[in-house]
Amino acid sequence: MAVSQSAIEAKRVTKEFRGAGQDTVRALDDVSVTIGENEFFTLLGPSGCGKTTLLRLIAGFDFPTEGEILLYGQDIAPLPPFKRPVNTVFQNYALFPHMTVAQNIGFGLEMLGKPKAQIEARVAEMLKLVRMEELAKRKTSQISGGQQQRVALARALAPQPKVLLLDEPLSALDYKLRKDMQIELKRLQLETGITFIFVTHDQEEALTMSDRIAVMSKGKIRQIGSPHEIYDHPSERFVANFIGETNFLEGEVKKSAKGQATVKLGSGVVIDASTPADMDAKGKVTIVVRPEHAQLTGEKNGVLKGVLENIVYFGTDTHFHVQLDGGGEFTVRQQNSRSGAKVPEQGARVGIAVSDDAAQVLRD
Amino acid sequence: MALAQQAELNAQRADIRSRWLLSAPALIIIFFAAIGPLFVVLLYSFMVKGDYGDVKFWQFTTDAWFKVILERDIFDDSITIADAHVSILWRSVKLSFATTVLCLVFGFPTAYFISTRPERWRDVWLFLVTIPFWTNLLIRTFAVQELIRNEGVVNSFLTGVGLIDAPIQMMFTDFAIMAGMVYVYLPLMVLPLYASMEKFDFRLVEAGYDLYAGRFQVLRRVIVPLVKPGIIAGSILVFIPALGAYVAPRLLGGGKTLMLGNLIDLQFGQGRDWPLGAALSITLMAIVMVALLVYVRSAASSEVRHG
Repeated sequence: MAVSQSAIEAKRVTKEFRGAGQDTVRALDDVSVTIGENEFFTLLGPSGCGKTTLLRLIAGFDFPTEGEILLYGQDIAPLPPFKRPVNTVFQNYALFPHMTVAQNIGFGLEMLGKPKAQIEARVAEMLKLVRMEELAKRKTSQISGGQQQRVALARALAPQPKVLLLDEPLSALDYKLRKDMQIELKRLQLETGITFIFVTHDQEEALTMSDRIAVMSKGKIRQIGSPHEIYDHPSERFVANFIGETNFLEGEVKKSAKGQATVKLGSGVVIDASTPADMDAKGKVTIVVRPEHAQLTGEKNGVLKGVLENIVYFGTDTHFHVQLDGGGEFTVRQQNSRSGAKVPEQGARVGIAVSDDAAQVLRD
Repeated sequence: MALAQQAELNAQRADIRSRWLLSAPALIIIFFAAIGPLFVVLLYSFMVKGDYGDVKFWQFTTDAWFKVILERDIFDDSITIADAHVSILWRSVKLSFATTVLCLVFGFPTAYFISTRPERWRDVWLFLVTIPFWTNLLIRTFAVQELIRNEGVVNSFLTGVGLIDAPIQMMFTDFAIMAGMVYVYLPLMVLPLYASMEKFDFRLVEAGYDLYAGRFQVLRRVIVPLVKPGIIAGSILVFIPALGAYVAPRLLGGGKTLMLGNLIDLQFGQGRDWPLGAALSITLMAIVMVALLVYVRSAASSEVRHG
């Protein structure tokens, strides 16, 4: 059986930084993760969650306090950063300002002692890959932010690393450019077949590009899964909250089996929900429903009932904020159409229908 | 059309006039305090020396210039190279160059250290670097003397622990002069180096490591090219005063080993040969200017090479 090889394997990695005075800051807390070959893997989380720390440990700029990191099965702890077959695209790009675009891209190969002809050929190839052929002779200070971004990518890809680390590389770009670069990055990853480890705090970026996402907070990985799994089946409140908009409902498990549970809500309504695979759901639980997985209906047809408090128009869709009868708020998102379907007025009593398989039980 | 052009031209002229007017005070000072006296020195170097110093006005000769590196035997009028002057010139250039290199060697790590400290500590370190400036140059030089003389701190320590039997003769040597100059001029290297390192983005060092450059290669290919303005400024600030140094060779060289500054002083004092002193002064200036030109040129061309 062909087992997909793991490119990076972090085993129970802990990293502590000495803070001011006596206290230490635990940036990574017993983190284990396996990242497969050719995978576009994203570390997603708010600032300070430890995602960049993990990246720096893999790059070799910092060393783990405990645990080990394997690259293709080999412990890389003894290797300094300049001996690891891993390259980084830095958040601020960190291009060498005294060199041209071509010199920047060729730097890694030059340091590896490759012959000149080979370097030139590879640089030309890279320039073509990131569509920067015309600007090869420019200084990096004479090109735009988006172009610098592409040079940084080409520079990191040129030595053909086994793993490419990307530290929030798109955060400095404006919205339109960021969109283009997301597609560009995905294309580059497919074309080069290199494992990408991408760090971001932008959930949309993570969802659109990744094969798998690890959601992190406070030095721990909260959930790992495909974008689809993370979005539709968040296992914890933090994950559900961090990614997309969510409605939380409190209830009590009536019965549960094989990833499914029947939950009685505070209002007395009973709905079906999926549960995390390894969870034995019982007692009081929180369930989540995404706003777009619910619909406004007439009061009689709704699973949930309440008063329509607010209507917010977003262009592509409209958000309806409903004050539920049993207490709590619920947001419904509906796609807009040009004809403009008839919508209830503010202050009207409405019902909310929840699609089958839309509710998810959280672990905490 | 022509009228508009004329108006524009007038405006330009007025602009140029006002610029001259604004810079006039500085220009006047430079003229009277630098260019004027320099011209006087140049003039003196072409005059006949007076019997008790000074010069005989308006009696022109190139004798002084002749004596800068040549000498005429008083008995048979044969012309030979003035060994004393040449060796002093050579020693001045050699010691100044060595001093500059040593200041760079010691100053670079110091500046690197300071600029990698947390921001609030940098000022403290810089402050420590400038402390020697609080003390008079003479006193600082005497302090060096106290360290290296035969009964000084270094020798007593070494003999005390039994590493050496007799004190090492350090005073009145080229080493002594150089040690004194390195000590005195080191801050002049550290400060401009720090100024350019402070602007250096140390994330580039990580980028270098990431791209397979070892420590030395990161230093040579990333750090040095980017802090080069500081290296150039520091080297100039050290080399120029070192070349004309007076106090260190006088006190630490003991009058036996002279440098250009002492030689010039000698001509205006005991030597009573003002024209020769003037000619030597101009020579010193010429060496400085040539050295600067060569240095800046080579720095600029290596800039082009590295792109």
